[in-house]
Amino acid sequence: MVGLSHYLILGAVMFCLSVAGIFLNRKNVIILLMSIELMLLAVNTNFVAFSHYLGDTAGQIFVFFILTVAAAEAAIGLAILVVVFRNRSTINVEDLDAMKG
Amino acid sequence: MDMTPNMTLSENVLLSIVLAPLAGAIVAGLFSKAIGRAGAHWVTILGVLTSFLLSLTVFKALVFDGAAKFDATVYTWLVSEGVKFEVGFLVDKLTVLMMTVVTFVSLMVHIYTIGYMADDEHNWDEKSLAGKNSYQRFFSYISLFTFSMLMLVMANNFMQLFFGWEAVGVVSYLLIGFWSTRETAIYANLKAFLVNRVGDFGFLLGIAAVLMSFNSLNYAEVFAAAPRMADATFQVFPGVDWSLLSVIGILLFVGAMGKSAQMPLHVWLPDSMEGPTPISALIHAATMVTAGIFMVARMSPIYELSETALSVVLVIGALTAFFTGLLGLVQHDIKRVVAYSTLSQLGYMTVALGASAYSAAIFHLMTHAFFKALLFLAAGSVIIAMHHEQDMRKMGGLKKYMPITYWTSLLGSLALIGFPGFSGFFSKDGIIEAVHHSHIAGSSLAYFSVTAGVFITALYSFRMFFLVFHGQERMDEHTRHHLHETPAVVTVPLMLLAIPSVILGFFTVGPVLFGDYFGDAIYVAAAHDGLAVMGEHFHGAFGFILHGMMGLPFWLASAGVFTAWFIYMKRPDIADVFQDKLSVVHRILENKYGFDDFNQKVFGDGSRGLGGLLWQVGDVKVIDGAAVNGSARLVGWFSTVVRHIQTGYLYHYAFAMIIGLLVLLSWVVVPGFVR
Amino acid sequence: MTPDVAEFAPLAAEIFVLAMACFILVLDAYLPDTRRLIAFRLTQVTLLGAAVLTWMQYDTMIGTTDRMVLLGGTYVADTLSMVLKLAVYAVSAGVFLYSRDYLRDRGILKGEYFVLGLFGVLGMMVMISAHNMLSVYLGLELLSLSMYTMVAFQRQNGVASEAAMKYFVLGAIASGMLLYGISMIYGASGSLDLAAIGRYVAEHGAEDRILAFGVVFIVAGLAFKLGNAPFHMWVPDIYNGAPTSVTLFIGAAPKIAAFAMVMRVLVEGLGGLHADWTPMLIILAVGSLAVGNVIAIAQTNIKRMLAYSTISHMGFVVLGILAANKVGYSGAMFYAITYALTSAGGFGLLVLLSRAGFEAEKLDDLKGLNDRNPWLAFLMLLLMFSMAGVPPTVGFYAKLSVLQAVVSADMVWLAAVAVFFSIIGAFYYIRVVKVMYFDKPEDEAPIFAGFDAKAVLSVNGLAVLALGVYPSGLMAWCAKALG
Repeated sequence: MVGLSHYLILGAVMFCLSVAGIFLNRKNVIILLMSIELMLLAVNTNFVAFSHYLGDTAGQIFVFFILTVAAAEAAIGLAILVVVFRNRSTINVEDLDAMKG
Repeated sequence: MDMTPNMTLSENVLLSIVLAPLAGAIVAGLFSKAIGRAGAHWVTILGVLTSFLLSLTVFKALVFDGAAKFDATVYTWLVSEGVKFEVGFLVDKLTVLMMTVVTFVSLMVHIYTIGYMADDEHNWDEKSLAGKNSYQRFFSYISLFTFSMLMLVMANNFMQLFFGWEAVGVVSYLLIGFWSTRETAIYANLKAFLVNRVGDFGFLLGIAAVLMSFNSLNYAEVFAAAPRMADATFQVFPGVDWSLLSVIGILLFVGAMGKSAQMPLHVWLPDSMEGPTPISALIHAATMVTAGIFMVARMSPIYELSETALSVVLVIGALTAFFTGLLGLVQHDIKRVVAYSTLSQLGYMTVALGASAYSAAIFHLMTHAFFKALLFLAAGSVIIAMHHEQDMRKMGGLKKYMPITYWTSLLGSLALIGFPGFSGFFSKDGIIEAVHHSHIAGSSLAYFSVTAGVFITALYSFRMFFLVFHGQERMDEHTRHHLHETPAVVTVPLMLLAIPSVILGFFTVGPVLFGDYFGDAIYVAAAHDGLAVMGEHFHGAFGFILHGMMGLPFWLASAGVFTAWFIYMKRPDIADVFQDKLSVVHRILENKYGFDDFNQKVFGDGSRGLGGLLWQVGDVKVIDGAAVNGSARLVGWFSTVVRHIQTGYLYHYAFAMIIGLLVLLSWVVVPGFVR
Repeated sequence: MTPDVAEFAPLAAEIFVLAMACFILVLDAYLPDTRRLIAFRLTQVTLLGAAVLTWMQYDTMIGTTDRMVLLGGTYVADTLSMVLKLAVYAVSAGVFLYSRDYLRDRGILKGEYFVLGLFGVLGMMVMISAHNMLSVYLGLELLSLSMYTMVAFQRQNGVASEAAMKYFVLGAIASGMLLYGISMIYGASGSLDLAAIGRYVAEHGAEDRILAFGVVFIVAGLAFKLGNAPFHMWVPDIYNGAPTSVTLFIGAAPKIAAFAMVMRVLVEGLGGLHADWTPMLIILAVGSLAVGNVIAIAQTNIKRMLAYSTISHMGFVVLGILAANKVGYSGAMFYAITYALTSAGGFGLLVLLSRAGFEAEKLDDLKGLNDRNPWLAFLMLLLMFSMAGVPPTVGFYAKLSVLQAVVSADMVWLAAVAVFFSIIGAFYYIRVVKVMYFDKPEDEAPIFAGFDAKAVLSVNGLAVLALGVYPSGLMAWCAKALG
């Protein structure tokens, strides 16, 4: 039987994967965006699992909002990516180091 | 007299009294270029005039209409550990008397300054930046001073008292060094500043002791609690018990010694005459230097509980009154004579405080403010006419050139020596009698000092008077040619000041000295109340005059005037003989008992030497080298190293956030689960 | 359940700002390039109108402890929200005014800029009035998305686009953490409503460790918004890289909103868990004070220096909150509002000093400012003294009130640490003053600044002094707002 804790563990694993993806990846900014998306999906899993377990719909409604915001966020993220590429001709994470110290 | 005891004073009126001069000072100071000279003196005079007129209405309300005293907080600045730091006013009959005197003298000085500072640009180098708009700046300063002094006298708590105390100090410092391109002026203001620092340190310790033991800064609360503390002691050094109130009283008095120039902290006052004459009159004669006297009178509920403190006050005052008077005899600078006379008169007031005759001290303070301002302004008038020559050896015979200055000076001098009927007579005789009735330690010394002081006062006053206005004309031809009476802006204040100098005492001696004028503003323990004993024998001002004519002081004063006339007019050669025969005494007086040399050598050179040593070893090597620059360098170096944490790489930033999250998690959640 | 129409009345200000933002967006599309200022003016009108609406809405409840919880518990109107919203309007209006000439000189005076700004303001308003985890999140994202875009607004600016990228990625991670925390709290308490969460926490806070687990993630997300170490890494790069007018926007009003979010979530929702979050906030506060003040010393770029200074100031705000008593909350609120004001003035001055083809952002650009324009130098002196906490400026009083709260919570050592780092911090603020007054100017170009911007900057600078001399008015408001 698949219980609440299984979903939560899945969510936690996805969250950790996304975090690992963010700081292990040193090449492509697009992978960063994907990791962020994964992180939000981990949260969504949690919400849906809790919502079902509690028998309360608020969690599922929250998930809709997160999805919507994630879409807007992706749009803005990609737009910024385009601007960066136009200025720098690269989307390599290691090249984004003009400011430091 | 219509008695309506329920009438109250308006807070707005009191605020206006304080703020009007401040507004004038700000306008004249910050917009000096825009408003020009006339604008500056009009706006400040208007401010002070407003203050003066409103003070008069308050005076009328309190004294004639029987209004209740005002004691309330206007603004609470902050509250810390239950102690309130506030701005508030305590306006009773004592305060209103000070307010009226301060604003009146200030008003006179403002008007007079128009004439005195008219050609101030001659006092500056052409290129000097400080000389630009100096006229407006001067008006701004004296208005600012009036504001500060009003804050001081109207305070209802120690914090505001301290604010006013320091604020008048700062303005005084600015004004002594007003001609900032003159070396002597800078030396004098530095000296005033340093000496006052000594006094203020004691004062601040005193306030700290009050705060520590009463846990309040409000006068009313402290005074109400004081009787309970009468027997309280505390130990500074283990094993030695000191009476708390004595320590507080003496520490506060140390502050008063600085501000009111009592020995041995008097040395700054004569040098302060480097400042322009109007401020010598306003600050260093009539008002600021009396702040110490006022403060002790205000604190009478504390002083009355400590005979030790009263004795200290009495003895210091007596020494000051006598010895500084002697110094006036050998000065040649006209302003310095008046300055030493001020010192001596401040000594009289202090003696009165020590003898618990607070009302006599305040009474003398009031009459002195008028006639001393008059004498200073008259001296200034002479100085203007003499083209800023201040040496009396180059004057003489000015009577026929400057009749108004002559007659007003005569009236002022008579008031100063206490000629019967003049206002100085009532206040000074009151003090001498009160000391006579006092029984605390040191009172016989004080009685001798103040009595002998009368002779000395008469001697130096009329020495100056004769040297300046009578006898040979000793100035050079050019100066003589230009001698004439000064303009109306100078002479009108002289005449206006002459009126109270002559008649004020006669009309006020009854209520102020022996009546219940002060009511509960001043507290005197029954055992100390010499004035009350005298009051039983008081039957009006005329009786007082008649009684005075038979007393010793009158004959001593007359003898002083006669001696002055004899030595300096009749037989000028005698003065030189005295100088030869008594050369030792003369030298001691010339050197002002060596106070200045002592301070210069011991404190000045000593602290410079010690400072130099500490600077070389302590500061340069240890503090600057290791502590300050070292730690600054260390932090700077550390900073340049640590900044490399900020690598600029996104994944490092994200990594830092994850580490932060893990730290928080382990810090909080792990112990929770273990538990 | 259908919300009653009357329930929307308290939202008048939010609805007005939203409508105006949409209107300006559409209108701007039809405006010729020469008429761009219309968008600016309409924006200011919008902020003014919002202020009037907020004031009218709440003038009956100032000083009362009344709260109106509306729209199914997602929105709250109380004195706290009113005071903070008014502060946000005032600071934002000043910020837009300072930016106007700067934007025009760089050819980016566009309607979108102000529309984004207004959406940001709307986001802040939602955050301030949030009474449900969902509205907290939505307000936060509305503000964040607007700010990401504004940072990248100058499209041909490589540094700015890099800053936007960093801000976006890190901001998204922080949102993810916050959401993960919210999901945990939701799972434990069974509700998203802050009041319901508060009730649950008060009963079961001690035994339910899932709550504490969630709190850690929430604190991390909030710390990112405030810019507390070690979640501060975005602050220097974004402040440095963004166009100065955007830095000005980010550095001022959002701090007030972030404070509001902390108050709503941590204090109203999770107040029962303060034994758990106080130690976390101590770590954040000490870290921020140390990192901010120490690294600022090595900076030669004044925008970057002020960024580190922001980190240390947010450390102070957190100090007030972690005291977990009323004095601390009102002290932190006072601190946040006055810091937003001071920061707006500081960056505003840099904006005014910049001109076409020249960015005033190096410390050397301030050299000899006193010779070039004594009044601006004096205003900067006031602002720097306030940041350093020199009396009688407001910074002193703000620090004092926060430290008092910390001491009253029996954490004297923490107050000592804060003072220690403030002393280190005073060095770099006073260095700015030294550079302005004692160094020879390198740049002799005259300073052109609009009269209105200069006037507002003067009011801003003098307010820093006036509030320091007379802090009790604003302090009383803060105390009332926290009932």
